[in-house]
Amino acid sequence: MSANLAALLYLGSGILFIMALRGLSSPETARQGNFFGMAGMAIAIVTTLLAVNLDFLSIVLIIGGVAIGGVAGAVIAKRIPMTAMPQLVAAFHSLVGLAAVLVAAAALYAPEAFHIAGPLGNLKTLSLLELALGTAIGAITFSGSVIAFAKLNGNMSGAPILLPARHLINIGLGVFIVIMIAFLMASGGDAKLAFWLITITAFIVGVTLIIPIGGADMPVVVSMLNSYSGWAAAALGFTLENTALLVTGALVGSSGAILSYIMCKGMNRSFISVILGGFGETGDAAADAGPQGTAKQGSAEDAAFVMKNAGKVIIVPGYGMAVAQAQHALKEMADILKEEGVDVAYAIHPVAGRMPGHMNVLLAEAQVPYDEVFELEDINSDFANADVAFVIGANDVTNPAAEDDPSSPIYGMPVLQVWKARTVFFVKRSLGSGYAGVENPLFFRDNTMMLLGDAKKMAESIVKSLE
Amino acid sequence: MEAVDPVIFRLAIFVLAVFVGYYVVWSVTPALHTPLMAVTNAISSVIIVGALLAATATAGGGGEAAVAAGSEGGAGFSRFLGFIAIILASVNIFGGFLVTQRMLAMYKKKER
Repeated sequence: MSANLAALLYLGSGILFIMALRGLSSPETARQGNFFGMAGMAIAIVTTLLAVNLDFLSIVLIIGGVAIGGVAGAVIAKRIPMTAMPQLVAAFHSLVGLAAVLVAAAALYAPEAFHIAGPLGNLKTLSLLELALGTAIGAITFSGSVIAFAKLNGNMSGAPILLPARHLINIGLGVFIVIMIAFLMASGGDAKLAFWLITITAFIVGVTLIIPIGGADMPVVVSMLNSYSGWAAAALGFTLENTALLVTGALVGSSGAILSYIMCKGMNRSFISVILGGFGETGDAAADAGPQGTAKQGSAEDAAFVMKNAGKVIIVPGYGMAVAQAQHALKEMADILKEEGVDVAYAIHPVAGRMPGHMNVLLAEAQVPYDEVFELEDINSDFANADVAFVIGANDVTNPAAEDDPSSPIYGMPVLQVWKARTVFFVKRSLGSGYAGVENPLFFRDNTMMLLGDAKKMAESIVKSLE
Repeated sequence: MEAVDPVIFRLAIFVLAVFVGYYVVWSVTPALHTPLMAVTNAISSVIIVGALLAATATAGGGGEAAVAAGSEGGAGFSRFLGFIAIILASVNIFGGFLVTQRMLAMYKKKER
Protein backbone atom coordinates (compact mmCIF):
# COMPACT_ATOMS: atom_id res chain seq x y z
CA MET A 1 0.00 0.00 0.00
CA SER A 2 1.31 3.44 -0.84
CA ALA A 3 2.16 5.70 2.07
CA ASN A 4 -0.23 8.34 0.71
CA LEU A 5 -3.19 5.96 0.62
CA ALA A 6 -2.36 4.80 4.15
CA ALA A 7 -2.27 8.41 5.34
CA LEU A 8 -5.69 9.05 3.81
CA LEU A 9 -7.12 5.96 5.46
CA TYR A 10 -5.76 7.08 8.83
CA LEU A 11 -7.43 10.43 8.26
CA GLY A 12 -10.70 8.60 7.58
CA SER A 13 -10.36 6.69 10.80
CA GLY A 14 -9.68 9.93 12.68
CA ILE A 15 -12.89 11.40 11.24
CA LEU A 16 -14.85 8.32 12.29
CA PHE A 17 -13.56 8.84 15.85
CA ILE A 18 -14.84 12.43 15.78
CA MET A 19 -18.22 11.08 14.64
CA ALA A 20 -18.16 8.57 17.50
CA LEU A 21 -17.97 11.38 20.06
CA ARG A 22 -20.43 13.52 18.13
CA GLY A 23 -22.98 10.73 18.44
CA LEU A 24 -22.94 11.07 22.21
CA SER A 25 -24.77 14.39 22.01
CA SER A 26 -28.00 12.40 22.39
CA PRO A 27 -28.83 8.88 23.58
CA GLU A 28 -30.61 8.28 20.25
CA THR A 29 -27.50 8.74 18.13
CA ALA A 30 -25.04 7.37 20.66
CA ARG A 31 -25.22 3.73 19.62
CA GLN A 32 -24.58 4.64 16.00
CA GLY A 33 -21.63 6.75 17.16
CA ASN A 34 -20.14 3.74 18.92
CA PHE A 35 -20.23 1.80 15.64
CA PHE A 36 -18.42 4.66 13.91
CA GLY A 37 -15.75 4.31 16.57
CA MET A 38 -15.41 0.57 15.97
CA ALA A 39 -15.21 1.13 12.20
CA GLY A 40 -12.52 3.76 12.69
CA MET A 41 -10.50 1.35 14.82
CA ALA A 42 -10.88 -1.47 12.29
CA ILE A 43 -9.70 0.77 9.45
CA ALA A 44 -6.67 1.96 11.44
CA ILE A 45 -5.64 -1.61 12.32
CA VAL A 46 -6.14 -3.06 8.82
CA THR A 47 -4.28 -0.15 7.21
CA THR A 48 -1.32 -0.71 9.53
CA LEU A 49 -1.29 -4.43 8.88
CA LEU A 50 -1.20 -3.84 5.11
CA ALA A 51 1.71 -1.43 5.46
CA VAL A 52 4.07 -3.49 7.64
CA ASN A 53 6.03 -6.54 6.54
CA LEU A 54 4.48 -9.58 8.13
CA ASP A 55 6.68 -12.58 8.76
CA PHE A 56 5.60 -15.73 10.56
CA LEU A 57 6.69 -14.59 14.01
CA SER A 58 4.98 -11.22 13.78
CA ILE A 59 1.73 -12.85 12.62
CA VAL A 60 1.85 -15.13 15.65
CA LEU A 61 2.56 -12.18 17.95
CA ILE A 62 -0.26 -10.09 16.51
CA ILE A 63 -2.92 -12.79 16.45
CA GLY A 64 -1.85 -14.05 19.86
CA GLY A 65 -1.82 -10.58 21.36
CA VAL A 66 -5.19 -9.57 19.96
CA ALA A 67 -6.72 -12.89 20.98
CA ILE A 68 -5.46 -12.72 24.57
CA GLY A 69 -6.33 -9.05 25.02
CA GLY A 70 -9.58 -9.21 23.07
CA VAL A 71 -10.99 -12.15 25.01
CA ALA A 72 -9.99 -10.61 28.33
CA GLY A 73 -11.52 -7.26 27.33
CA ALA A 74 -14.75 -8.80 26.08
CA VAL A 75 -15.20 -10.92 29.20
CA ILE A 76 -14.57 -7.94 31.48
CA ALA A 77 -16.98 -5.76 29.49
CA LYS A 78 -19.69 -8.41 29.76
CA ARG A 79 -19.29 -9.27 33.44
CA ILE A 80 -18.50 -5.95 35.09
CA PRO A 81 -21.34 -4.65 37.28
CA MET A 82 -22.43 -1.11 36.45
CA THR A 83 -21.60 0.05 39.97
CA ALA A 84 -17.95 -0.83 39.29
CA MET A 85 -17.74 1.41 36.23
CA PRO A 86 -15.48 4.07 37.83
CA GLN A 87 -12.86 1.44 38.72
CA LEU A 88 -13.11 -0.11 35.27
CA VAL A 89 -12.52 3.21 33.54
CA ALA A 90 -9.52 3.86 35.79
CA ALA A 91 -8.15 0.40 34.98
CA PHE A 92 -8.59 0.98 31.25
CA HIS A 93 -6.75 4.30 31.51
CA SER A 94 -3.82 2.54 33.11
CA LEU A 95 -3.61 0.14 30.17
CA VAL A 96 -3.50 2.98 27.62
CA GLY A 97 -0.75 4.62 29.66
CA LEU A 98 1.34 1.46 29.86
CA ALA A 99 0.84 0.73 26.16
CA ALA A 100 2.15 4.23 25.40
CA VAL A 101 5.27 3.56 27.49
CA LEU A 102 5.90 0.26 25.69
CA VAL A 103 5.42 1.74 22.22
CA ALA A 104 7.76 4.62 23.04
CA ALA A 105 10.40 2.18 24.28
CA ALA A 106 10.02 0.02 21.17
CA ALA A 107 10.46 3.09 18.98
CA LEU A 108 13.66 3.91 20.81
CA TYR A 109 15.10 0.41 20.39
CA ALA A 110 13.97 -0.18 16.81
CA PRO A 111 13.74 3.30 15.26
CA GLU A 112 13.88 2.02 11.69
CA ALA A 113 10.59 0.16 12.15
CA PHE A 114 8.99 3.50 13.03
CA HIS A 115 10.78 5.38 10.21
CA ILE A 116 12.39 7.79 12.64
CA ALA A 117 16.03 6.73 12.22
CA GLY A 118 18.37 9.40 10.95
CA PRO A 119 21.13 8.72 8.38
CA LEU A 120 23.58 7.51 11.04
CA GLY A 121 21.11 5.29 12.82
CA ASN A 122 20.58 8.01 15.38
CA LEU A 123 17.10 9.24 16.16
CA LYS A 124 15.90 12.64 15.12
CA THR A 125 16.05 15.03 18.05
CA LEU A 126 12.41 16.00 17.74
CA SER A 127 11.34 12.33 17.67
CA LEU A 128 13.25 11.82 20.90
CA LEU A 129 11.35 14.67 22.50
CA GLU A 130 8.04 13.13 21.40
CA LEU A 131 9.05 9.70 22.66
CA ALA A 132 10.18 11.11 25.98
CA LEU A 133 6.93 13.03 26.45
CA GLY A 134 4.93 9.98 25.36
CA THR A 135 6.60 7.71 27.89
CA ALA A 136 6.53 10.31 30.68
CA ILE A 137 2.82 11.11 30.30
CA GLY A 138 2.02 7.44 29.67
CA ALA A 139 3.85 6.38 32.84
CA ILE A 140 2.09 9.03 34.95
CA THR A 141 -1.23 7.88 33.48
CA PHE A 142 -0.41 4.27 34.30
CA SER A 143 0.66 4.57 37.92
CA GLY A 144 -1.86 7.35 38.64
CA SER A 145 -4.69 5.20 37.30
CA VAL A 146 -3.53 2.22 39.31
CA ILE A 147 -3.78 4.33 42.48
CA ALA A 148 -7.17 5.72 41.39
CA PHE A 149 -8.34 2.16 40.72
CA ALA A 150 -7.19 1.00 44.16
CA LYS A 151 -8.97 3.91 45.84
CA LEU A 152 -12.20 3.43 43.89
CA ASN A 153 -12.15 -0.34 44.27
CA GLY A 154 -11.55 -0.13 48.01
CA ASN A 155 -8.13 -1.84 47.89
CA MET A 156 -6.80 1.36 49.36
CA SER A 157 -8.38 3.87 51.71
CA GLY A 158 -10.02 6.78 49.92
CA ALA A 159 -8.57 9.16 52.48
CA PRO A 160 -5.92 11.55 51.24
CA ILE A 161 -2.35 10.45 52.01
CA LEU A 162 -0.24 13.53 52.58
CA LEU A 163 3.50 13.12 52.26
CA PRO A 164 5.58 15.78 54.00
CA ALA A 165 6.92 18.34 51.52
CA ARG A 166 5.04 16.61 48.73
CA HIS A 167 5.01 19.71 46.52
CA LEU A 168 8.78 19.94 46.78
CA ILE A 169 9.10 16.25 45.98
CA ASN A 170 6.90 16.63 42.89
CA ILE A 171 8.78 19.69 41.68
CA GLY A 172 12.09 17.88 42.20
CA LEU A 173 10.92 14.83 40.27
CA GLY A 174 9.57 17.06 37.49
CA VAL A 175 12.86 18.91 37.15
CA PHE A 176 14.72 15.60 37.05
CA ILE A 177 12.48 14.39 34.21
CA VAL A 178 13.14 17.57 32.21
CA ILE A 179 16.90 17.19 32.66
CA MET A 180 16.79 13.56 31.58
CA ILE A 181 14.73 14.47 28.50
CA ALA A 182 17.38 17.03 27.52
CA PHE A 183 20.07 14.43 28.12
CA LEU A 184 18.28 11.84 25.97
CA MET A 185 17.85 14.35 23.14
CA ALA A 186 21.49 15.40 23.28
CA SER A 187 22.63 11.78 23.11
CA GLY A 188 20.77 11.15 19.86
CA GLY A 189 18.93 8.25 21.44
CA ASP A 190 21.99 6.37 22.72
CA ALA A 191 21.26 7.22 26.34
CA LYS A 192 18.77 4.42 26.85
CA LEU A 193 19.30 4.71 30.59
CA ALA A 194 17.95 8.28 30.49
CA PHE A 195 14.79 6.98 28.81
CA TRP A 196 14.22 4.43 31.54
CA LEU A 197 14.99 6.97 34.27
CA ILE A 198 12.35 9.27 32.75
CA THR A 199 9.89 6.40 32.73
CA ILE A 200 10.58 5.24 36.27
CA THR A 201 10.50 8.77 37.66
CA ALA A 202 7.20 9.40 35.88
CA PHE A 203 5.79 6.22 37.47
CA ILE A 204 6.69 7.69 40.87
CA VAL A 205 5.16 11.07 39.96
CA GLY A 206 1.90 9.31 39.06
CA VAL A 207 1.76 7.89 42.57
CA THR A 208 2.76 11.05 44.45
CA LEU A 209 0.30 13.04 42.36
CA ILE A 210 -2.75 10.90 43.10
CA ILE A 211 -2.33 9.63 46.69
CA PRO A 212 -3.01 13.04 48.32
CA ILE A 213 -6.36 13.30 46.51
CA GLY A 214 -9.38 12.12 48.49
CA GLY A 215 -12.04 9.63 47.40
CA ALA A 216 -14.73 12.21 46.74
CA ASP A 217 -12.44 14.13 44.39
CA MET A 218 -12.11 11.02 42.23
CA PRO A 219 -14.44 12.37 39.48
CA VAL A 220 -11.79 15.00 38.77
CA VAL A 221 -8.94 12.50 38.97
CA VAL A 222 -10.59 10.01 36.62
CA SER A 223 -11.31 12.79 34.11
CA MET A 224 -7.78 14.12 34.43
CA LEU A 225 -6.21 10.71 33.80
CA ASN A 226 -8.52 10.35 30.81
CA SER A 227 -7.03 13.56 29.50
CA TYR A 228 -3.44 12.42 30.15
CA SER A 229 -3.97 9.16 28.28
CA GLY A 230 -5.00 11.28 25.29
CA TRP A 231 -1.95 13.54 25.43
CA ALA A 232 0.34 10.48 25.67
CA ALA A 233 -1.28 9.03 22.55
CA ALA A 234 -0.96 12.38 20.74
CA ALA A 235 2.76 12.62 21.55
CA LEU A 236 3.31 9.23 19.94
CA GLY A 237 1.08 10.27 17.05
CA PHE A 238 3.75 12.83 16.17
CA THR A 239 6.46 10.14 16.27
CA LEU A 240 4.48 7.72 14.13
CA GLU A 241 3.37 10.49 11.78
CA ASN A 242 -0.09 9.03 12.14
CA THR A 243 -3.15 11.24 11.73
CA ALA A 244 -5.53 8.79 13.41
CA LEU A 245 -3.39 8.77 16.54
CA LEU A 246 -2.92 12.55 16.48
CA VAL A 247 -6.63 13.25 16.10
CA THR A 248 -7.59 10.69 18.74
CA GLY A 249 -5.03 12.02 21.18
CA ALA A 250 -6.37 15.54 20.70
CA LEU A 251 -9.99 14.41 21.10
CA VAL A 252 -9.36 12.35 24.22
CA GLY A 253 -7.07 14.97 25.69
CA SER A 254 -9.62 17.74 25.34
CA SER A 255 -12.47 15.46 26.40
CA GLY A 256 -10.77 14.65 29.69
CA ALA A 257 -9.82 18.28 30.22
CA ILE A 258 -13.41 19.46 29.71
CA LEU A 259 -14.77 16.79 32.04
CA SER A 260 -12.22 17.82 34.69
CA TYR A 261 -13.36 21.42 34.29
CA ILE A 262 -17.05 20.48 34.63
CA MET A 263 -16.31 18.41 37.75
CA CYS A 264 -14.26 21.20 39.36
CA LYS A 265 -17.01 23.69 38.63
CA GLY A 266 -19.54 21.31 40.18
CA MET A 267 -17.51 21.44 43.39
CA ASN A 268 -16.61 25.14 43.10
CA ARG A 269 -12.96 24.22 43.46
CA SER A 270 -10.08 25.20 41.26
CA PHE A 271 -8.36 22.47 39.31
CA ILE A 272 -5.10 23.37 41.04
CA SER A 273 -6.54 22.93 44.53
CA VAL A 274 -7.90 19.49 43.64
CA ILE A 275 -4.54 18.44 42.20
CA LEU A 276 -2.69 19.72 45.25
CA GLY A 277 -4.96 17.45 47.22
CA GLY A 278 -5.73 17.00 50.88
CA PHE A 279 -9.36 18.09 50.94
CA GLY A 280 -11.02 16.78 54.09
CA GLU A 281 -8.09 17.68 56.30
CA THR A 282 -9.33 21.23 56.75
CA GLY A 283 -12.90 20.34 57.63
CA ASP A 284 -12.18 19.80 61.33
CA ALA A 285 -13.30 23.24 62.42
CA ALA A 286 -16.73 22.78 60.91
CA ALA A 287 -17.12 19.32 62.41
CA ASP A 288 -16.27 20.61 65.86
CA ALA A 289 -19.35 22.80 65.83
CA GLY A 290 -21.37 19.66 66.54
CA PRO A 291 -25.04 19.08 65.78
CA GLN A 292 -27.07 22.24 65.58
CA GLY A 293 -30.32 20.83 66.89
CA THR A 294 -32.29 17.65 66.84
CA ALA A 295 -33.11 15.83 63.68
CA LYS A 296 -36.55 14.40 63.15
CA GLN A 297 -36.54 10.72 62.37
CA GLY A 298 -39.18 9.04 60.29
CA SER A 299 -40.04 5.56 59.14
CA ALA A 300 -40.59 3.96 55.77
CA GLU A 301 -44.34 4.06 56.44
CA ASP A 302 -44.27 7.83 57.00
CA ALA A 303 -42.36 8.36 53.77
CA ALA A 304 -44.68 6.06 51.83
CA PHE A 305 -47.76 7.87 53.13
CA VAL A 306 -46.48 11.37 52.33
CA MET A 307 -45.17 10.47 48.88
CA LYS A 308 -48.32 8.60 47.90
CA ASN A 309 -50.34 11.75 48.53
CA ALA A 310 -47.86 14.08 46.87
CA GLY A 311 -48.30 15.73 43.48
CA LYS A 312 -44.62 15.93 42.59
CA VAL A 313 -41.63 14.00 43.95
CA ILE A 314 -38.04 14.78 42.98
CA ILE A 315 -35.49 12.04 43.70
CA VAL A 316 -31.88 13.10 44.38
CA PRO A 317 -29.49 10.13 44.17
CA GLY A 318 -25.89 10.20 45.38
CA TYR A 319 -22.90 7.94 45.93
CA GLY A 320 -24.73 6.18 48.79
CA MET A 321 -27.23 4.82 46.26
CA ALA A 322 -24.37 3.34 44.24
CA VAL A 323 -22.74 1.78 47.31
CA ALA A 324 -26.01 0.20 48.44
CA GLN A 325 -26.97 -0.77 44.86
CA ALA A 326 -30.35 0.79 45.58
CA GLN A 327 -31.17 1.90 42.01
CA HIS A 328 -33.50 -1.03 41.22
CA ALA A 329 -35.48 -0.74 44.45
CA LEU A 330 -35.65 3.01 43.87
CA LYS A 331 -37.05 2.55 40.38
CA GLU A 332 -39.67 0.14 41.75
CA MET A 333 -40.68 2.78 44.30
CA ALA A 334 -40.92 5.43 41.56
CA ASP A 335 -43.03 3.13 39.40
CA ILE A 336 -45.59 2.60 42.15
CA LEU A 337 -45.73 6.34 42.80
CA LYS A 338 -46.28 7.01 39.11
CA GLU A 339 -49.15 4.53 39.10
CA GLU A 340 -50.63 6.52 41.96
CA GLY A 341 -50.52 9.57 39.71
CA VAL A 342 -47.49 11.18 41.31
CA ASP A 343 -45.16 13.13 39.02
CA VAL A 344 -41.66 11.70 39.55
CA ALA A 345 -38.38 13.23 38.35
CA TYR A 346 -34.70 12.65 39.14
CA ALA A 347 -32.21 15.42 39.84
CA ILE A 348 -28.53 14.76 39.20
CA HIS A 349 -25.72 16.91 40.57
CA PRO A 350 -22.63 17.01 38.29
CA VAL A 351 -20.36 15.53 40.97
CA ALA A 352 -22.80 12.97 42.41
CA GLY A 353 -21.01 9.63 42.50
CA ARG A 354 -17.41 8.85 41.70
CA MET A 355 -17.18 9.73 38.02
CA PRO A 356 -18.90 12.01 35.50
CA GLY A 357 -22.34 10.65 34.63
CA HIS A 358 -22.11 7.89 37.28
CA MET A 359 -25.71 8.33 38.53
CA ASN A 360 -27.14 8.49 35.03
CA VAL A 361 -25.66 5.12 34.13
CA LEU A 362 -26.98 3.48 37.30
CA LEU A 363 -30.47 4.88 36.74
CA ALA A 364 -30.33 3.76 33.11
CA GLU A 365 -29.35 0.29 34.33
CA ALA A 366 -32.48 0.25 36.50
CA GLN A 367 -34.40 1.20 33.34
CA VAL A 368 -35.32 4.66 34.45
CA PRO A 369 -36.22 6.49 31.21
CA TYR A 370 -33.57 9.15 30.51
CA ASP A 371 -36.17 11.84 29.93
CA GLU A 372 -37.16 11.65 33.60
CA VAL A 373 -33.58 12.44 34.64
CA PHE A 374 -32.52 16.09 34.82
CA GLU A 375 -29.29 18.00 35.37
CA LEU A 376 -28.89 20.50 38.18
CA GLU A 377 -29.52 23.69 36.19
CA ASP A 378 -32.60 22.23 34.48
CA ILE A 379 -34.42 21.12 37.62
CA ASN A 380 -33.21 23.33 40.44
CA SER A 381 -36.09 25.80 40.09
CA ASP A 382 -38.61 22.92 40.29
CA PHE A 383 -37.93 22.10 43.95
CA ALA A 384 -40.08 25.06 44.99
CA ASN A 385 -43.08 23.40 43.31
CA ALA A 386 -42.29 19.91 44.56
CA ASP A 387 -44.10 18.32 47.48
CA VAL A 388 -41.28 15.95 48.29
CA ALA A 389 -37.53 15.91 47.71
CA PHE A 390 -36.32 12.35 48.25
CA VAL A 391 -32.55 12.44 48.85
CA ILE A 392 -30.99 8.99 48.71
CA GLY A 393 -27.29 8.63 49.43
CA ALA A 394 -26.41 12.27 48.67
CA ASN A 395 -25.38 14.84 51.26
CA ASP A 396 -23.00 17.69 50.46
CA VAL A 397 -24.63 18.39 47.10
CA THR A 398 -27.83 19.37 48.97
CA ASN A 399 -26.20 21.44 51.71
CA PRO A 400 -27.80 24.91 52.03
CA ALA A 401 -24.64 26.14 53.80
CA ALA A 402 -23.05 26.23 50.34
CA GLU A 403 -25.41 29.12 49.58
CA ASP A 404 -25.82 30.97 52.86
CA ASP A 405 -22.82 30.28 55.12
CA PRO A 406 -19.62 31.96 53.89
CA SER A 407 -17.61 30.18 56.61
CA SER A 408 -18.52 26.76 55.23
CA PRO A 409 -15.73 24.92 53.38
CA ILE A 410 -18.14 24.20 50.54
CA TYR A 411 -19.49 27.76 50.33
CA GLY A 412 -20.09 28.71 46.70
CA MET A 413 -20.54 25.19 45.41
CA PRO A 414 -23.68 24.87 43.28
CA VAL A 415 -26.18 22.72 45.20
CA LEU A 416 -29.59 21.18 44.59
CA GLN A 417 -32.09 23.35 46.50
CA VAL A 418 -33.98 20.43 47.99
CA TRP A 419 -34.94 22.48 51.05
CA LYS A 420 -37.40 24.44 48.92
CA ALA A 421 -39.58 21.37 48.57
CA ARG A 422 -42.50 21.05 51.04
CA THR A 423 -40.98 17.97 52.68
CA VAL A 424 -37.45 16.57 52.44
CA PHE A 425 -36.72 12.90 53.09
CA PHE A 426 -33.11 12.02 53.69
CA VAL A 427 -32.15 8.37 53.32
CA LYS A 428 -28.84 8.07 55.09
CA ARG A 429 -26.90 5.54 57.10
CA SER A 430 -26.30 7.90 60.01
CA LEU A 431 -26.45 11.56 60.95
CA GLY A 432 -22.74 11.89 60.17
CA SER A 433 -21.31 14.62 58.02
CA GLY A 434 -20.31 14.32 54.36
CA TYR A 435 -16.84 13.71 52.97
CA ALA A 436 -15.64 17.20 53.73
CA GLY A 437 -16.61 16.84 57.39
CA VAL A 438 -19.21 19.49 56.75
CA GLU A 439 -22.31 19.49 58.90
CA ASN A 440 -25.51 19.63 56.85
CA PRO A 441 -27.95 22.03 58.59
CA LEU A 442 -30.71 20.60 56.46
CA PHE A 443 -30.97 17.59 58.78
CA PHE A 444 -32.32 19.81 61.55
CA ARG A 445 -34.90 21.77 59.64
CA ASP A 446 -38.60 21.44 60.38
CA ASN A 447 -39.56 20.11 56.98
CA THR A 448 -36.81 17.47 56.94
CA MET A 449 -37.35 13.87 57.98
CA MET A 450 -34.41 11.53 58.31
CA LEU A 451 -34.84 7.94 57.15
CA LEU A 452 -31.86 6.28 58.78
CA GLY A 453 -30.71 3.01 57.27
CA ASP A 454 -29.24 1.32 54.23
CA ALA A 455 -30.47 2.97 51.02
CA LYS A 456 -31.55 -0.26 49.38
CA LYS A 457 -33.34 -1.66 52.44
CA MET A 458 -35.08 1.66 53.00
CA ALA A 459 -36.29 1.86 49.39
CA GLU A 460 -37.50 -1.73 49.64
CA SER A 461 -39.45 -1.12 52.83
CA ILE A 462 -41.04 2.00 51.33
CA VAL A 463 -42.11 -0.14 48.38
CA LYS A 464 -43.61 -2.61 50.82
CA SER A 465 -45.55 0.11 52.62
CA LEU A 466 -46.77 1.54 49.34
CA GLU A 467 -48.21 -1.78 48.19
CA MET B 1 11.44 30.84 1.70
CA GLU B 2 12.50 27.32 2.60
CA ALA B 3 10.03 24.39 2.64
CA VAL B 4 7.81 23.94 5.69
CA ASP B 5 8.85 21.12 7.98
CA PRO B 6 6.27 18.28 7.87
CA VAL B 7 6.22 18.42 11.68
CA ILE B 8 4.46 21.78 11.37
CA PHE B 9 1.70 20.13 9.34
CA ARG B 10 1.26 17.48 12.00
CA LEU B 11 1.16 20.19 14.61
CA ALA B 12 -1.53 21.94 12.57
CA ILE B 13 -3.63 18.77 12.41
CA PHE B 14 -3.19 18.28 16.13
CA VAL B 15 -4.16 21.84 17.07
CA LEU B 16 -7.22 21.78 14.80
CA ALA B 17 -8.24 18.43 16.28
CA VAL B 18 -8.02 19.90 19.79
CA PHE B 19 -10.49 22.55 18.68
CA VAL B 20 -12.78 19.97 17.09
CA GLY B 21 -12.56 17.94 20.30
CA TYR B 22 -13.39 20.99 22.40
CA TYR B 23 -16.61 21.73 20.53
CA VAL B 24 -17.66 18.11 20.07
CA VAL B 25 -17.19 17.23 23.73
CA TRP B 26 -19.11 20.28 24.97
CA SER B 27 -22.06 19.08 22.92
CA VAL B 28 -22.06 15.69 24.67
CA THR B 29 -25.06 15.45 26.99
CA PRO B 30 -24.02 15.17 30.68
CA ALA B 31 -26.13 12.03 31.01
CA LEU B 32 -23.67 10.28 28.69
CA HIS B 33 -20.46 11.38 30.38
CA THR B 34 -19.67 7.87 31.63
CA PRO B 35 -20.08 6.31 28.16
CA LEU B 36 -17.97 9.21 26.86
CA MET B 37 -15.11 8.18 29.13
CA ALA B 38 -15.48 4.54 28.12
CA VAL B 39 -15.48 5.30 24.42
CA THR B 40 -12.56 7.75 24.61
CA ASN B 41 -10.74 4.96 26.36
CA ALA B 42 -11.49 2.61 23.51
CA ILE B 43 -10.44 5.01 20.76
CA SER B 44 -7.24 6.07 22.50
CA SER B 45 -6.22 2.44 22.12
CA VAL B 46 -5.60 3.27 18.47
CA ILE B 47 -2.10 3.39 19.91
CA ILE B 48 -2.22 -0.25 18.82
CA VAL B 49 -0.92 0.96 15.43
CA GLY B 50 2.36 1.74 17.21
CA ALA B 51 2.28 -1.65 18.90
CA LEU B 52 1.82 -3.34 15.49
CA LEU B 53 4.85 -1.50 14.11
CA ALA B 54 6.87 -2.57 17.14
CA ALA B 55 5.79 -6.21 16.84
CA THR B 56 6.84 -6.34 13.18
CA ALA B 57 10.24 -4.70 13.60
CA THR B 58 13.01 -6.46 11.71
CA ALA B 59 16.74 -6.18 12.20
CA GLY B 60 17.45 -5.70 8.50
CA GLY B 61 15.00 -2.86 8.04
CA GLY B 62 17.46 -0.02 8.48
CA GLY B 63 20.34 -1.47 6.48
CA GLU B 64 23.88 -0.74 7.57
CA ALA B 65 22.87 2.22 9.63
CA ALA B 66 20.52 0.10 11.72
CA VAL B 67 23.23 -2.47 12.30
CA ALA B 68 25.54 0.31 13.36
CA ALA B 69 22.96 1.43 15.88
CA GLY B 70 22.97 -2.08 17.28
CA SER B 71 19.37 -2.81 16.36
CA GLU B 72 19.96 -6.57 16.02
CA GLY B 73 18.87 -7.04 19.63
CA GLY B 74 16.73 -3.91 19.38
CA ALA B 75 14.32 -5.52 16.93
CA GLY B 76 13.78 -8.56 19.16
CA PHE B 77 13.19 -6.36 22.20
CA SER B 78 10.87 -4.13 20.18
CA ARG B 79 8.83 -7.17 19.13
CA PHE B 80 8.48 -8.25 22.73
CA LEU B 81 7.34 -4.77 23.80
CA GLY B 82 4.99 -4.62 20.82
CA PHE B 83 3.42 -7.94 21.75
CA ILE B 84 2.67 -6.79 25.30
CA ALA B 85 1.36 -3.46 24.01
CA ILE B 86 -0.94 -5.28 21.56
CA ILE B 87 -2.42 -7.27 24.45
CA LEU B 88 -3.00 -4.14 26.55
CA ALA B 89 -4.50 -2.16 23.68
CA SER B 90 -6.74 -5.08 22.67
CA VAL B 91 -8.16 -5.36 26.19
CA ASN B 92 -9.08 -1.71 25.88
CA ILE B 93 -10.42 -1.85 22.34
CA PHE B 94 -12.71 -4.81 22.95
CA GLY B 95 -13.50 -3.93 26.55
CA GLY B 96 -14.01 -0.24 25.84
CA PHE B 97 -16.32 -0.53 22.85
CA LEU B 98 -18.32 -3.44 24.29
CA VAL B 99 -18.87 -1.85 27.67
CA THR B 100 -19.90 1.39 25.94
CA GLN B 101 -22.37 -0.55 23.83
CA ARG B 102 -23.70 -2.27 26.93
CA MET B 103 -24.19 1.05 28.71
CA LEU B 104 -25.79 2.79 25.74
CA ALA B 105 -28.25 -0.06 25.29
CA MET B 106 -29.64 0.76 28.74
CA TYR B 107 -30.59 4.36 27.94
CA LYS B 108 -34.26 4.19 27.06
CA LYS B 109 -36.94 6.77 26.53
CA LYS B 110 -40.22 6.81 28.40
CA GLU B 111 -42.76 4.43 26.89
CA ARG B 112 -45.84 6.35 25.95
